[in-house]
Amino acid sequence: MEETPTNSTPEMPRRDFLGACLRTLPTVVAVAIVVDSGRLLADDTDGDPGYKPEEHSYGMGVDIHKCIGCGRCAEACKRENDVPREPIFFRTWVERYAVPAEGEARVDSPNGGIDGFRPYDDDTETIRTFFVPKLCNHCENAPCVQVCPVGATFQSPDGVVLVDANYCVGCRYCIQACPYGARYLHPEKKVADKCTFCYHRITKGALPACVEVCPTQARVFGEVGPRSSPLHRFLRFNDCTTLKSWLNTKPKVFYAGAGDEVR
Amino acid sequence: MARIPQQMIPVGIIGVLLLATFIIARQIFVPETFGELGHYRAAAIGEVAAQPAVYAGFAVCLECHEDVYLHKQTSSHTGLACETCHGPAAAHAQAPDEALPTVPRGREHCELCHSYNAARPSGFPQILADRHNPGDPCITCHDAHAPRMPIAEGDCGACHGEIAHQKAVSKHARLECTQCHVVPAEHFTNPRTVAAARPQARDVCGACHARGADSSREIPRIDLDTHGGRYNCWDCHYPHLPEA
Repeated sequence: MEETPTNSTPEMPRRDFLGACLRTLPTVVAVAIVVDSGRLLADDTDGDPGYKPEEHSYGMGVDIHKCIGCGRCAEACKRENDVPREPIFFRTWVERYAVPAEGEARVDSPNGGIDGFRPYDDDTETIRTFFVPKLCNHCENAPCVQVCPVGATFQSPDGVVLVDANYCVGCRYCIQACPYGARYLHPEKKVADKCTFCYHRITKGALPACVEVCPTQARVFGEVGPRSSPLHRFLRFNDCTTLKSWLNTKPKVFYAGAGDEVR
Repeated sequence: MARIPQQMIPVGIIGVLLLATFIIARQIFVPETFGELGHYRAAAIGEVAAQPAVYAGFAVCLECHEDVYLHKQTSSHTGLACETCHGPAAAHAQAPDEALPTVPRGREHCELCHSYNAARPSGFPQILADRHNPGDPCITCHDAHAPRMPIAEGDCGACHGEIAHQKAVSKHARLECTQCHVVPAEHFTNPRTVAAARPQARDVCGACHARGADSSREIPRIDLDTHGGRYNCWDCHYPHLPEA
């Protein structure tokens, strides 16, 4: 501080320059905080004002022993959420697995199971066969959320993975990243779309449409945490697995009775 | 305090301008509520939640159609929501006379669940559609709201060995089969034609397990009105082997 550089001596000692930089830093931070504070105070939700997302943690149980493959869940989902009718767009769908005597399991899902399943027209010896309803697994560690370049897909405080349709740029990166094939690009909106656990229903205390219409209660919806929740009970009384657990995505859709061939 | 050298003044101005541009650009391009809860727009949660519902839920149907509901409760279709067959009914609940839900009358609707498919659970009632009165709508013989099961599950381990074995080690071991099942005498001589009856309503369990039931004190109690909603007891609890 004792040396005072002049115009004729253009060199400023490095120590002074760094010191000056440090002294201005608080000002920059202060400006940034003031600019940001308005946004922190802003009121956000236009949904149900009594609903507190941070108090919930949702999950689903699927009992493969109970599924009869009627496809009412896939149909109800399409109607509830205005999913395009083309047989390539689904938020939930039913797969039929057939485990042959030798080789890999056969998996098919004609129109997501909505129109039913025809018997196989060949004579492959089948050891066992069953239906597996599929949907977004609402992973705690979701690959789709990690790869979204703009922050348009995210996990809400209640553990539901959602898509911000007004912010998605339609780059399809999340569709590539999802190991469960649970996402598709909406052909009209040109944004990624997926199961929301019927977020508009569950936040008002109703069940997701697929759970509502399931005739055999093969789907169980509820909170992951409290012991009183139907899902907790489902997990206590069934040996549950998650799909592709080795990927460490930590799914919140739990399958009872799913063998190794279910992926 | 060191005097700022002259050549640093334009650099400083440029720096301030860049900072100002960055702050303004950030204000413009970063949407409101972005980053409040995480790396996303917090307002998107409310936007997703604001989507209108299309399915009303069975409790809404119950408000007007309690008669059908009670009729349905007497059968194995008790766990079915109305909208499973009749389609979404939120619009119907809003304007009952204008938006009518669908009434599926064809065979193909029932066959979605009840035509034989090897992948279905083996106990589920299924028919071979091309041999089972082909061409006739199912509703000519069956009441869709309260269909009757032709299969009997009755008394006695001689025929029902698996159930008898499970029951023998359960809390219900000392109950007679006839505690819950009505078994006509002829069922023993003619089991296929004269069926024993399955319990059809929650009251059967309620006779012992309802809060006000006149039964032994160590029997667990539930409130029939609030416990379980539209489901029957045996949708969750297996009566032949209830959990301890």
